[in-house]
Amino acid sequence: MALSKVNFNSMNVTPAASKAIKFNSSNNGLETGDIGGSLVLISTTTASNSSAVNFTSGIDSTYKEYIFKFINIHPVTDNVYFQMNFSADSGSNYNVAKTTTHFNAYHGEDGSGGSLAYATGNDLAQGTGVKYLTGSGLGNGNDESVSGSMHLFNPSSTTFVKHFFSNVSYYYFANEMGNTFTAGYGNTTSAIDAVQFTMSSGNIDSGTIKLYGVS
Amino acid sequence: MALTKFNYNSFDLTTAASKGLAFNSNANGFETSSAGSMTLIKTLTASSSSTLSFLNGSDSVVFDSTYPVYLFKYINVHPATNAATFTFQVDTGTNTNYNTTVTSTSFLSQHDEGDSATSLAYNAAKDQAQGTSFHVLSNEIGNGNDECGNGEIYFFNPSSTTFVKHWIARALSYQSDDYIQDRFFAGYFNTTTALTRVQFKMSSGNIDAGTIKLYGIKDS
Repeated sequence: MALSKVNFNSMNVTPAASKAIKFNSSNNGLETGDIGGSLVLISTTTASNSSAVNFTSGIDSTYKEYIFKFINIHPVTDNVYFQMNFSADSGSNYNVAKTTTHFNAYHGEDGSGGSLAYATGNDLAQGTGVKYLTGSGLGNGNDESVSGSMHLFNPSSTTFVKHFFSNVSYYYFANEMGNTFTAGYGNTTSAIDAVQFTMSSGNIDSGTIKLYGVS
Repeated sequence: MALTKFNYNSFDLTTAASKGLAFNSNANGFETSSAGSMTLIKTLTASSSSTLSFLNGSDSVVFDSTYPVYLFKYINVHPATNAATFTFQVDTGTNTNYNTTVTSTSFLSQHDEGDSATSLAYNAAKDQAQGTSFHVLSNEIGNGNDECGNGEIYFFNPSSTTFVKHWIARALSYQSDDYIQDRFFAGYFNTTTALTRVQFKMSSGNIDAGTIKLYGIKDS
């Protein structure tokens, strides 16, 4: 006797790639969706000699918080900043006014330079330009990169400013460890619907940026 | 007519203990999937609320040994009163005094919209040394329509009956004098009694609006 098993298209639900089958909210049928887990991967972008990495979709009212994870972001050019900006027009312009903080801790491989200080040159006061996520001097040596995260709260709000905070660990080109803390708010009551990441000079040679929603 | 039900091994995939059932990445077959390690437990929404409280075992709230780590996130917390500070405290058992002894650290980075002042400093006024007061999170939030506080707090093993209860917080505020304040706190509630509840409130006036979410984070 042949063994019969339920095939993927035998369920009373439309298949959706990488989604689970679960009971609907009325508990009277099936639907696709994410099961459990509140950190939902929205998209992944891998840089390859990219002038910019733009996230122009997936940032909306679905989640109250979005988290970008930076993994081994490597610049083409030595001694640069890794930086970002926000857009309120789906990526046509990245120029949202921001007031921000910025401080760094550094420590050299040779034990020198242990320091912690606010960096006034790296913050913004209602500036519309890029926000540095690292301190100066991200190295472009083969093994040098920046990794970390940036949290963005309720970007689709049309009532409140848009708070964010970031913490990254990076390889300073002069063989130092850099640990950068930034925070601020996009001073707009328009929805922020796109985020751009760039280097202060040259392209992003390689690296992965993942966008998550927190459900 | 007999009622036929699918059994666990009726699906066209290899079963895997404690995994879910999902469509594969091509949507042309089944695969097993994990549920993720961070689980939303409870969402509370303020509406001119004097307090917001999470009580283990009440109203679907879990705050016990189910998870080793708990994470509160608060989003767009808006005070009714200008320059009110968003605060929290905890309690044990069925106590509702919210006055558990806490020792904590506090430092901040801040910058104003007028670019007139910046700072990075320890802020002794906002720490506690065996204090029992509500602990500061987002400081002196403005009550302008677009002003609010956001942040998060991690609690580690709050149900332990052996250790003190460590927590770590990062708290942002649109401060009433038009500063961004980025505050970092850490501390421990100095008790070996299991924590059972957490309460949030403003230092003055109500929480006009805002959302607080409680998550559990698995360790396996």
